[in-house]
Amino acid sequence: MFSANSQKDKQEMLSEIGVKDIEELFKDIPSSLKQADFNLPKALDEQALTKHIKALAAKNKPLLNFAGAGIYEHFIPAAVNALSTRGEFLTAYTPYQAQASQGTLQTIYEYQSSICALFDMDICNASHYDGATALAEAVYAACQIKGLKEILISAALNPQYKQVLKTYFNGTREIKFTEVSLKNGTLDLQDLKNKLQTPKAAFVLATPNFFGCLEEAEEVSKLVHADNALLISVVNPISLGILNTPGSYDSDFAVAEGQCLGNAMNFGGPGLGIFTCKKQYVRYMPGRLCGITKDDKGNRCFVLTLQAREQHIRRERAASNICSNQALCALNALIYLSLLGPKGIKEVASLNLQKAHNLAKEISQIKGFSLTYQNPFFNEFVITCPVAAKQVINKLAKKGILAGYDLGQIDKNLKNNLLVCATETKTEQDLAQFVSCLRGI
Amino acid sequence: MEKLIIEKSNGARGIIFENAKTADNFLDKKYLRKTEPKLPELSEFEVVRHFTNLSRLNFCLDTHFYPLGSCTMKYNPKAYDVLSALENFTSLHPLTPASYAQGTLELLYKFEELLKEITGLDAWTLQPAAGAHGEFTGALIAKAYHKKDKNRTEIIVPDTAHGTNPATAAMCGFKVVNIKSNACGRVDLEELKKVLGPKTAMVMLTLPNTAGLFERDILEIAKLVHASGALLYMDGANLNALIGLVKPKDMGVDIMHINLHKTLAAPHGGGGPGAGGVGVRQGLEHLLPLGRVSFDGKKYSLETKNKKSIGQVKSFWGNMAIVIRAYSYLRQFDGKTLGEIAKNAVLNANYVRVKLKNYFPAFFDEVCMHECVLTISQDTPSLKALYVAKRLLDLGYHAPTIYFPLIVPQALMVEPTETESKQTLDAFIAAMKQIFEEAKKDITLLEHAPHNMKIGVIDEVLAAREPNLKW
Amino acid sequence: MYNQEKCKFSKTHEWAYIEGQTAVCGISDHAQHEISDIVFVELPKVGAKIEAGKSCAVIESVKSAADFYAPLSGEVTEVNEKLVGEPGLINQAPHGEGWIFKMKITNAEEEKNLLSFADYKATL
Repeated sequence: MFSANSQKDKQEMLSEIGVKDIEELFKDIPSSLKQADFNLPKALDEQALTKHIKALAAKNKPLLNFAGAGIYEHFIPAAVNALSTRGEFLTAYTPYQAQASQGTLQTIYEYQSSICALFDMDICNASHYDGATALAEAVYAACQIKGLKEILISAALNPQYKQVLKTYFNGTREIKFTEVSLKNGTLDLQDLKNKLQTPKAAFVLATPNFFGCLEEAEEVSKLVHADNALLISVVNPISLGILNTPGSYDSDFAVAEGQCLGNAMNFGGPGLGIFTCKKQYVRYMPGRLCGITKDDKGNRCFVLTLQAREQHIRRERAASNICSNQALCALNALIYLSLLGPKGIKEVASLNLQKAHNLAKEISQIKGFSLTYQNPFFNEFVITCPVAAKQVINKLAKKGILAGYDLGQIDKNLKNNLLVCATETKTEQDLAQFVSCLRGI
Repeated sequence: MEKLIIEKSNGARGIIFENAKTADNFLDKKYLRKTEPKLPELSEFEVVRHFTNLSRLNFCLDTHFYPLGSCTMKYNPKAYDVLSALENFTSLHPLTPASYAQGTLELLYKFEELLKEITGLDAWTLQPAAGAHGEFTGALIAKAYHKKDKNRTEIIVPDTAHGTNPATAAMCGFKVVNIKSNACGRVDLEELKKVLGPKTAMVMLTLPNTAGLFERDILEIAKLVHASGALLYMDGANLNALIGLVKPKDMGVDIMHINLHKTLAAPHGGGGPGAGGVGVRQGLEHLLPLGRVSFDGKKYSLETKNKKSIGQVKSFWGNMAIVIRAYSYLRQFDGKTLGEIAKNAVLNANYVRVKLKNYFPAFFDEVCMHECVLTISQDTPSLKALYVAKRLLDLGYHAPTIYFPLIVPQALMVEPTETESKQTLDAFIAAMKQIFEEAKKDITLLEHAPHNMKIGVIDEVLAAREPNLKW
Repeated sequence: MYNQEKCKFSKTHEWAYIEGQTAVCGISDHAQHEISDIVFVELPKVGAKIEAGKSCAVIESVKSAADFYAPLSGEVTEVNEKLVGEPGLINQAPHGEGWIFKMKITNAEEEKNLLSFADYKATL
C-alpha cells in the first residue's frame, strides 16, 4: 500500500545495493527481535475503509450545542477550509528552508500580526498546542523574568487550565500556585491585594472567566502592577471583536484558546494556543517566530527568526521543548479574521452577546431556574437549576440538546449549576427549543 | 513576492453577519474596546486570491520530494483528508456525553488497540499534541514512577539525540547527562555504564538512532538500564524503519511516543498540528494522562477520574482530527503488509546511499536503515551541506536535514520514505551528482545558492538584530 | 582598548584584561570569527557571582547559542549595555567596544590558569 515501486524496480535497486533480498538489509537486528507476530485486522482498501469510517461517524449523534467551557462552536465560512486544505499548505513542511516556504512564512507573519491587532499586544508567536499549554509557557516565562517561583491564579480560571498547570509544574520546575478567591462569580479584589503582599511573579486573570463573567480588568491590572507582579490575561478571542483588549489593560502576557477562530470543535483537538506578550519579553518567549527581512537582491521576504531561543539550538537550555506550532489551525484563524475584518468580527461578537443575553433572560423567567450571578457576561453564563445539572444535561441530551457544562464537576456546592453558552450559530428556534426543554424539567 | 494582506486592505467587506446589534444594549461602555482592530478589510474574492497566491509560493509534498531525515515525509493520502473532515466528527463538542460520541470513542479505542499490537506496549494515551509533547508526557510519567526515590534526578541522552530530548528533560526538572556515541555512531556501552546508576530516572533513545543506524546492542542496553532501576524511553520519530517488523516492547522499551504526522502519514500542515501518542508497558498505565477510552463490552466511555494519573498535558482529549487520519492509515495494512512500509523505506534509503557513494559518502560506511547520513566528499572540500541544501532548491527538491546529528560534520540526512518511486530517487541522485560536479568546477556558484528561487540569500542576521514581527 | 597582547586567555576563547583586583572580559577575535554575525548577547546581571569555567553569559548567532565561560571567579560589576542594541560590536571590536562585562576578582591565583596571548594563539 502506497509503495511506489514495482517488483522489477525493487530487484534493480537490490542489485545496485549488492544484496539478494531486502531481509539482508536488516541483518543488524537480532533475530530474536524479528519473530514478532502482528495480529492486525484485515487490511481495508480505500472503498472498504471509507465505509468503515463513515459507519463509525454515523455512531456519533451530534447534539444541538449549548456547551462552551473552552471550546466553542462558531460559523466557519467555506473559504477558510477551501484555502487551508490546499495541498500547498496542508502538505508543506515546517518552513526551515525559507526560500521554499515563503507562502507558509507569510501566513505565519500575517497570523502574528492579526492576533496582535485583535489583542492590542506587541508580539505574538506562531502558536502553541492550545490555550492551556500557552498559559503554562507564559507562567514559566513570567517566573524567569521575575526570578520568582510563585504565581497567583484566579479561582475562576478554566479548571482544565489549572490541571495542566499542575501537571506542568508540580514536581518538575516547582512553581507554586495560589488561588485568589471569588465573590459572587468574580474576583475578590481584596483577596487579590492581600495575596500580592508577598512577592509573586504574576497573576493569571481570566476574562471572561470560566463562569462567563467579565472581570474588572483595569482594576486588577493596577493592583498587580502596583505590587511589581506581571499580568497574564487569559481571554476569549471572539469576544475581542467588541470587548476591551488585554493590551489596553496593560497585560504583560495574553494567551487564549484560538480554536474559536475558524477551527471546528473536532471533539477538542487540535486547538490553537495563542501566545502574546509585550515587546520587552521577546527573548523569554518560547515557540516559533516569523520575521520580515530582505534577501541579497533587496526583495522583502520572511524567515523564522530568533531561533537561537529554541530547542534545536539551545537543547537543555531552551525555555521549552516545543518543536512545532499549530500552523494549519493558525492559518484557519488568519483566513477567518481576514474574511471577517474588523467589522465582521464585531458583528460575530455582538451576535454572541445578543443571543446569550436573550437566552439568559428567557431562562431566568422559567420557574425554578435563575441566573446564578449578576455580573456582566459575554456568551456564557451560569444558571441555577431546580435539579442537579447532570440531570438537566441527561434529560436534554435525550431531546437532542447538549445543555452545557456541569459545574458540579469542579465544586460539589455547584452541582445544581450549569454553564450555558450561546453563540451566533444559535437561531431563535434553537433558543426557544432550549427554553421549552428546560420548562419541561 | 506577494503584498501583505493588510497592504491590500481597501475598506471592502468580506463575510457579513446580519442582524448584529450594538453591544451597549447589553454592556457598560467600560467593558468595550475603544478602537477597531487593524485587520484587513477586503472582499472575499481578494482574500481567496491572496491565500491561493501565497500557497503557490510553497514547496509541498504534493509537488516536491522532501528527503528530510527524521521527518518521514511520506505521502499524505487524500482519503484521510475527506474522512477526518466528516461532519459527525468535526462538529462534536468535547463535552458531548459518551452515549452520543460512540463513533469517536470507538475509533479512539480501536486505534489504541492497533498501537498496542504494533508496538507491544500495553496502554496508550492520545492526548499529547506533538512528538515533543509526547516526550514531555513520558518524562512526567518517569517522574511519577520514581516518586518515592528522590535520587533519580538524571535523564541520560546520547549526543545524537534530537534537541527536544534534552529540552524535555530540563522542562521536567531533570538533569541532562549526555553520553558520547562510539566510532560507529551508536551508544557506547562503556560510556553508558559510567553514568548509569541510582541517579538515573530514564534513558532516552531514538531507535533506530538519528544516524539511521540500528542499535545492535539494544538488548544489552535495555538490560543495563533496567538493572539500574531506570526506565527506557524510545523516541519513536524513526519508527518508519521498524514498523511491522520489530515491536519496541521486545527491545525492552518501557515508554515511547509515536509521531502520528511522521510514520502514520498525517500531513505536516506547514509546521503543525501534529500528534504524539505515548505508550507504556504494564505497570505504568495508571500514570497515563486522563482521557483514555474504556469499553465495558457494550459502551465506550472516557476515563476522566484517575487520581494516580499525571493529570492532563493539554485541555480535553487529544488531536482527534489527526488521530482519525492515523487510524485510517493503519487500517489499510494487515499483519503482513505493515512490514512492507519499513522494508521499502530501508530499501529506498540504501539505494540512495549506494548510488551517492562517490559523491556524498555515507559518514558511517555500512548498511543504513530508513535514512542515511551523508557527508561532503574529500573531492569537494570547499562544499558545505548548506550549499547543497540551497542548490537542491534550484533543482526542484526540498533540502535534506542538514547539520544533524551533531556528531557528523557537514551532515546531510536523507530519508526518502517508502512512498517515493525509483524514478524520483534516480532524478534526485542525478541532481546531487550535478551539485558535486558544480562544486568541483566552481564553488562560487554554490556559495550563493539558491539562484532560481524567487527569493535569494536571506539576511537572517538583519531579521534577528532588527526583529519585525508584525505589521 | 583591551589590547590582546595584554590580555589573558582561557582555552575556551574568552579573554580577561586584568588590572589589580578587577578585570574586563570578552571573547577573542578567533571566537567572534567562528561564531560569525552575533545577533544577541545574554548578559550576566550586575552583582552576579560567577565561577571560573562556568557559563555566565550566552552569545547568540542566527544558528547557534554559545556559552561564555567565566575566565575568573568573582562578581560582575558592570555590563556593556551597548551590546543590547548593537550585539555586532563584538564582531567589529572584540577587544574594544565589544567588551562584555567588568568584574571584581576574588581569587588572584586563578590568573595562573589562563594563557598569554602568544600561548593562546599557539592553541589555534
